[in-house]
Amino acid sequence: MTTLAGLTLRSPVLVAAGCGGTGRELLPYLGADGLAALGGFVTRTITLDPRPGGPAPRVVETPAGLLHATGLPNPGLEPFLATELPWLVRHDARVVVSITGRTIGEHAELARRLGRAPGVGAVELNLADPEAPPAEPFHVAAVVAAVRRDLPGGVPLLAKIRPDLLRVVETARAVLEAGAAAVVVGHSQPGALPDGRPAGLAGPAIRPLALRCVAEVRAALPAAEVVGCGGVATAADARSFLAAGAVAVQVGTALLHDPTTVARMVAELAADSAGDPSTGSPADAAEPSEEHAR
Amino acid sequence: MTIPIPSGAAPSGTAAPSVHVAAQVLGSRSVGAYRHLTVAAPGVPERFRPGTTVAVALPDGARLARRSYWIHGVRPVGGHGPALQLVVEPHGTAGAWLAGLREGARVELTGPLGRPYALPKEPVSCVLVGEDWSAAPLLPLAERLRERGCPVTMLVAARDEAHLVSALDARRAARAVTVVTADGSVGRRGGASDVVREVLERAAAEVVYAAGPAATLHAVAAAAEDHGAWSQTAVTVPQPCATGLCQGCPVPVVGEDGVARTVRACTEGPVLRGDRVRWGELRSAAEPGAGATA
Repeated sequence: MTTLAGLTLRSPVLVAAGCGGTGRELLPYLGADGLAALGGFVTRTITLDPRPGGPAPRVVETPAGLLHATGLPNPGLEPFLATELPWLVRHDARVVVSITGRTIGEHAELARRLGRAPGVGAVELNLADPEAPPAEPFHVAAVVAAVRRDLPGGVPLLAKIRPDLLRVVETARAVLEAGAAAVVVGHSQPGALPDGRPAGLAGPAIRPLALRCVAEVRAALPAAEVVGCGGVATAADARSFLAAGAVAVQVGTALLHDPTTVARMVAELAADSAGDPSTGSPADAAEPSEEHAR
Repeated sequence: MTIPIPSGAAPSGTAAPSVHVAAQVLGSRSVGAYRHLTVAAPGVPERFRPGTTVAVALPDGARLARRSYWIHGVRPVGGHGPALQLVVEPHGTAGAWLAGLREGARVELTGPLGRPYALPKEPVSCVLVGEDWSAAPLLPLAERLRERGCPVTMLVAARDEAHLVSALDARRAARAVTVVTADGSVGRRGGASDVVREVLERAAAEVVYAAGPAATLHAVAAAAEDHGAWSQTAVTVPQPCATGLCQGCPVPVVGEDGVARTVRACTEGPVLRGDRVRWGELRSAAEPGAGATA
């Protein structure tokens, strides 16, 4: 059993923000237990007002990765609360709502209204949008503090921070001190599309970078709850993040290549813990994760 | 006349149920410039409706974006039940790989994906327009329309004779067939847009179905509008995941309510009402595909 920010999760495998659609699109590929089998479903990032998303091309292939510059298309908070959230709750998903705002005020407003919505398991604050300019740790912490202040105490706050080795420990410390219950370490790496527009690089290309950042945060902050995210595509990848000290992992880009990935990982990791009640057995983690069947 | 036409801005999640399978190549043969693949993909043929696609994952793990292909038809193959027919242009990484596969090879694919062509409830006169490999979905569509008693006229266009798909089969499925090639190697010289108005007039078309590049679809949709016919256009934009997860295949549309929106080609499309697509914007973003709908 996985515990994250006080929540008991059915699996250490969650769907990463922006890679599971509204949940409906992923459901056909999840097997009999559907969304309920997952450790959690992180929604695409929701903003206060609707965003149409950016121009095409939005997603471009690059060796061992995908570059994406979607502009965070989403219907805005109200339609999300009216339709998408109730659907997820009805399908027994552990819902983690990813949010971002342009101002502290927008963040606070999102926190207040989400906190009143039934079925929100946790809120994940997207502090690492690779299309936006990088933010200083103190600024990121101020956003966390504002959201924490307006989010009811029963709703845990996760802070998703940039997997930048130079700043990741400092940022993790700052957001935890500001009230985040856990840090999600790893996001796409800031990059650019061939036409020069800012974009995020995701996929197996960034997995070693994310893994290193998770290890560094855990070494510096042994009490921190860390969720690993970045290029996780197989159960072996997940085991290496768990062995590095992550309590859970998020799977994103792999779902775009094979939508059944997450169901398979959940099953394989469940088989592990059936054999060994402690999660993430070190023996499994020693498997070379670069050698995938695919 | 009651014709159920997709709005081009319907809520997500209404696509046909799809499956992800390790498909097996049963046969591959050269037809003109293309390879026609016969593929056993259990679960996909049963759910197939004309206008839907399959998304193929490349096996090397370094190329993550998937490639969408029209389903050209379904036919029984001894010992395997119904099998899919795919038309592959043997260029580009994915096209060359698929075209090189021989009997027994495995292909991971998901399908059928996307919103199919809506069929009229009454036996109305239909014109089907397809260009190059995008004529592939029209043959099975013609068969379904004929079963409903609709008089079918086809306009098949290609750059040259070798790139014509279905022109011969079309003569069986349709009452009248017009063939145009850019180089005049067979049929009339020109493009689909040059003759579509004339074909609509002659057929007294009430519904126009089309698949091809944005410029052709734009011309077809405009001609249909002027002629007073409904048009259903299947767009060919790259679909990085093809399952509705990645937001990477935006198509600018106008909803029933007159509000401009962006929908996903893979989920709300690929078939959209021609009068709902903002063609100018789509064309400015379009890049030519290479043998796939992506």
